[in-house]
Amino acid sequence: MTDLKFEDCLSRLEQIVSQLEAGKLSLEESLKVFEEGIGLARHCAKYLADAERRIELLAKDDTGALTQKPFAFESDEEA
Amino acid sequence: MADRAVLTVSQLTEQLRGLVEERFPAVWVEGEISNFRLYGSGHAYFTLKDDGAQLRTVLFRNRMRRIRFEPGDGQHVLAFGSLEVYATRGEYQFVVELLEPRGLGALQLAFEQLKARLGAEGLFAESRKRPLPRFPRRIGIVTSPSGAAVRDMLRVIGRRFAGLSIVIAPARVQGEGAAREIAAGIADLNALGDVDVLIVGRGGGSLEDLWAFNEEVVARAIAGSKIPVIAAVGHEVDVTIADFVADVRAPTPSAAAELVVREKQALIDGLLDLRGRLEGAMRRRLEHARREATSLTGRRVLTDPARPLRDLERRVDDAVRRLRHAATATLRRASHRVDVTGAGLRGQSPFARLAGDRHRLERVDARLGGEITRALVRWQHRLAAVTGRLDSLSPLAVLGRGYSLTRTPAGDIVRDAARVVPGDAVDVLLARGRLECRVERTKEQDDRPQV
Repeated sequence: MTDLKFEDCLSRLEQIVSQLEAGKLSLEESLKVFEEGIGLARHCAKYLADAERRIELLAKDDTGALTQKPFAFESDEEA
Repeated sequence: MADRAVLTVSQLTEQLRGLVEERFPAVWVEGEISNFRLYGSGHAYFTLKDDGAQLRTVLFRNRMRRIRFEPGDGQHVLAFGSLEVYATRGEYQFVVELLEPRGLGALQLAFEQLKARLGAEGLFAESRKRPLPRFPRRIGIVTSPSGAAVRDMLRVIGRRFAGLSIVIAPARVQGEGAAREIAAGIADLNALGDVDVLIVGRGGGSLEDLWAFNEEVVARAIAGSKIPVIAAVGHEVDVTIADFVADVRAPTPSAAAELVVREKQALIDGLLDLRGRLEGAMRRRLEHARREATSLTGRRVLTDPARPLRDLERRVDDAVRRLRHAATATLRRASHRVDVTGAGLRGQSPFARLAGDRHRLERVDARLGGEITRALVRWQHRLAAVTGRLDSLSPLAVLGRGYSLTRTPAGDIVRDAARVVPGDAVDVLLARGRLECRVERTKEQDDRPQV
């Protein structure tokens, strides 16, 4: 589940909620999708909480390989 | 000397004015501006020159307003206007109606030409436009790392969703070589492989400043990007080729950032709402199940549909066992009595035994009680139902509904009156039994209603 993209997670969660709200599922199926839904909701929340701000500047070394280094404004008046 | 035609200065000048003004009422002149002077009156005086000549030129205030740029010394321009002779000073002057920088005209031409060519190639087609990812994890930006645009974008992104990863491909965004650097930045961010969306842009500037975004190499790089591209060049009014090729055009860099990044708070709210609905729906489902369970208490027959069937089977088995046991016991007693009475062969006749057995069985049966009898009756019904279904599949089943089959003695089914003639024997099969008949008369048509 962790490699699911946030977008996919959220759409699956939306799908489960409408399925469950329609009330057509058996009790057993309801419990199954409910558990999946709770897992997805946790995963999405974790994604939102864990996302870490990272700003990098792309550079090329002598061999032409791409490297990334932390980016800082050249003048820091905004900080 | 008296015959000499002598003109006054005024007369000559007047004739010159006529010639010049008639000959050059409207003309395009190309040259470089020098000695540009703007007077308090609002009129501007300057000289248009090239390598070999100079032309005094005036730009009146009312014409000045129609010119979109600021003329100045050294500018290479195209001027449209008329020649006038200024008699009092003995000078001729070029009076400008329209003025445009020579370079701008060329740029505009290049813009239109490239736009037409790429458009014909289908690079601007709606069908090529890709949707932006709803929740990008990593955003690539191609712009100048020291420009106002990058600052604006980072500020917007930071405000809306502080936890996103951003990678900036630095590129000069104006001047010689800028277009190649922008194109390389797009390719490099594609090469990284983990970028979800690209913003390519810069802040506002003159048409020349924005020119890199009108170059083919940038257009091709955007078209070739595997990652969706947002073009964000200059202000709302600035439109570049990059805007046409990009998947989405943003009016400004800040607007591009807003397009890409959703408000984190809105996402959190949406997620909480979904979770609330999920739990609410599950709670209602459980409540429903609980109500069902409660209403079924005391009606165990419905909680386990197989139970009555099992009971029935048990009771039937029991009945059969007791039946057999009773029959055997009765039989043994009967045999015993036969032995005791020393009766002859008659008593051992199978017919006699059968009759005796049947009699005893009847008595046993009577002892078994109504309940078991009812159970057996239900089994019989089940059997009848199954048999009935089998029957309904048989072609003979229709006979039960009052139809009959008419066959020739050879066994062929008669479907048509023309198959038989009067005097033929036919065999009519009924639901029960059959009739052997002889045809008296045939009618190929009858008076039944036609459907």
